[in-house]
Amino acid sequence: MTENKSQATGGLMSWIDARFPLSSNIKNHLTEYYAPKNFNFWYFFGSLAMLVLVLQIITGIFLTMHYKPSAEEAFASVEYIMRDVFGGNIIRYMHSTGASMFFAVVYLHMFRGLIYGSYRNPRELIWLFGVAIFLVLMGEAFFGYLLPWGQMSYWGAQVIVNLFSAIPFIGPDLSEWLRGDYLISDATLNRFFAFHVIALPLVLLGLVMVHLIALHEVGSNNPDGIEIKAQKDKKTGIPLDGIPFHPYYTVKDLVGVVVFFIVFAAIIFFAPEMGGYFLEANNFIPANSLQTPAHIAPVWYFTPYYSILRAVPPVMNSQFPGVAAMGLSVLIFALLPWLDRSPVKSIRYRGTLYKKWLAAFVVSFLVLGYLGTVPSNVWGQFGAWCGGADRATVVARIFTVIYFSFFILMPWYTAKDKTKPVPERVTY
Amino acid sequence: MADTKIDKNSTLSFQPPLEVDLEKRQFLVNTTATAGAIGAAAMAMPFVGSMLPSERAKAAGAPVEVDISKIPPGAMMTAEWRGKPVWIINRTDAQTAELSQHNDQLSDPMCDVASQQPGYCKNSSRGIKPNIGVVVGICTHLGCSPTAKLETGGDMGENWTGGFFCPCHGSKFDLAGRVYKGSPAPTNLVVPPHKYLTDTTILIGVDADVEA
Repeated sequence: MTENKSQATGGLMSWIDARFPLSSNIKNHLTEYYAPKNFNFWYFFGSLAMLVLVLQIITGIFLTMHYKPSAEEAFASVEYIMRDVFGGNIIRYMHSTGASMFFAVVYLHMFRGLIYGSYRNPRELIWLFGVAIFLVLMGEAFFGYLLPWGQMSYWGAQVIVNLFSAIPFIGPDLSEWLRGDYLISDATLNRFFAFHVIALPLVLLGLVMVHLIALHEVGSNNPDGIEIKAQKDKKTGIPLDGIPFHPYYTVKDLVGVVVFFIVFAAIIFFAPEMGGYFLEANNFIPANSLQTPAHIAPVWYFTPYYSILRAVPPVMNSQFPGVAAMGLSVLIFALLPWLDRSPVKSIRYRGTLYKKWLAAFVVSFLVLGYLGTVPSNVWGQFGAWCGGADRATVVARIFTVIYFSFFILMPWYTAKDKTKPVPERVTY
Repeated sequence: MADTKIDKNSTLSFQPPLEVDLEKRQFLVNTTATAGAIGAAAMAMPFVGSMLPSERAKAAGAPVEVDISKIPPGAMMTAEWRGKPVWIINRTDAQTAELSQHNDQLSDPMCDVASQQPGYCKNSSRGIKPNIGVVVGICTHLGCSPTAKLETGGDMGENWTGGFFCPCHGSKFDLAGRVYKGSPAPTNLVVPPHKYLTDTTILIGVDADVEA
């Protein structure tokens, strides 16, 4: 009886609500999800990452309609998309540019978390889900990069799959299992296609969902790094510094979306290859298993880790330390919530010691990123006093040490750092 | 809807036994979980196994016959075996003699790492015949194919006595595929199993029946 009554008064919405919690979800996640009112531009990048994810899925679906995942046909089918399919070049450039933009916004999103302490209690799980998203995203980019079956696709995959063979004992069998052959071949291409278009996207979507569920459970951090839930309106129970996500932040994010699309369109139409950083010249040559291009480098978003791989010398005839260091350089982000001992979260109230370390980390990330794009003999060699070592390799080693020190020494310098008093209410 | 609510005073149609044998229950839970886990592991086998090299991929690794009569001294050719480049280098006498002159700069001059060559190639020229080198042209670091730098000197520096340079991470090898110290590559290049069918024809992929 009650059901009929509500149906009569509320119409379609209450008919749905009796069967699916639609309006309560809209309230919980949009109209009555209270986010801090002092978000700045750093808070654009989470929603932009979701936008790029949607773009990648849509453009990806349309690319699969024409792409052929076989060693014989893959390269030609990509060129077919570029030349003969109506709008194919735009869709393909959206997808390839989207990959780079995905990493750009995710790096900025992670940096936001870093400077405002968004990984700290009670948001450790949000951060861990985020690290998992980052890892899956790297896998997605790697698997996708083999698909055009160009020279860089081929040799990049060869190098990365061989990284696994450096793992003691199981390594060689593991990399053979990953390839499904004794070398990168049709079998490898076919399975990378399966990972790229279905396996990892499903995992990615699931992780994005739990990332958001965890976020909406504890609420957003903000540039002051203080909990807005600590100061609630006595009557309504709404945080005094909170504003509903919709309409306030949906409208604000739209501004970010517009700016993003201006940049995105400019790249697609005027510099889709970005001078070899988004699409490398050697990848316009079909894969050749007998010849490695004279200079191979990963796409820009992997270069910091690639530099670390190159910088670590082999130990006891084993390349495993380099591979381990590269893996660790990504995974170590997961430990941040427990490494940071500062009494404050946001960079606004931290002392100069932390700021110096953060700056050193950013510089090493960028220098390593640059060095990963160039050959290791780019700056020539030191003289005999240094064993004739490549200058760039020595520099990469120094910055690798700084990169890891930022994390390993964090418990010490964050505890020692002088902090400023934190206000009770958010500021702008 | 309302009548499904359970009334405290009503009797349930199902009465749990008054005494529960917790030990028996735990035993059943354990055995069921174990049986389920074994079943899941068995079920995983075809999925994990399906990613191994298929029978077709294994069959593609057949031996390759190569005519080496057309390689001039001091030059090389590339054959394809199991999809990998195999270099056949026809060293000049001077080049062959030079191989034993730079042992102190090599990581493994005596070819002690057994996996990198068949027993019958464990010698200073890493071959059956001293002047013919047969090596898989895949860097032992991360699998790029090194570039041939057969001439002495050149862009490799004045002390370079000829060899191979990997463009990916800068590993250096000599004309017998032995790795120079300081290279990221941990071991010498692989010498594939091979045998001479005639004086000028080799079969790559089959062990020679010569004595070591």
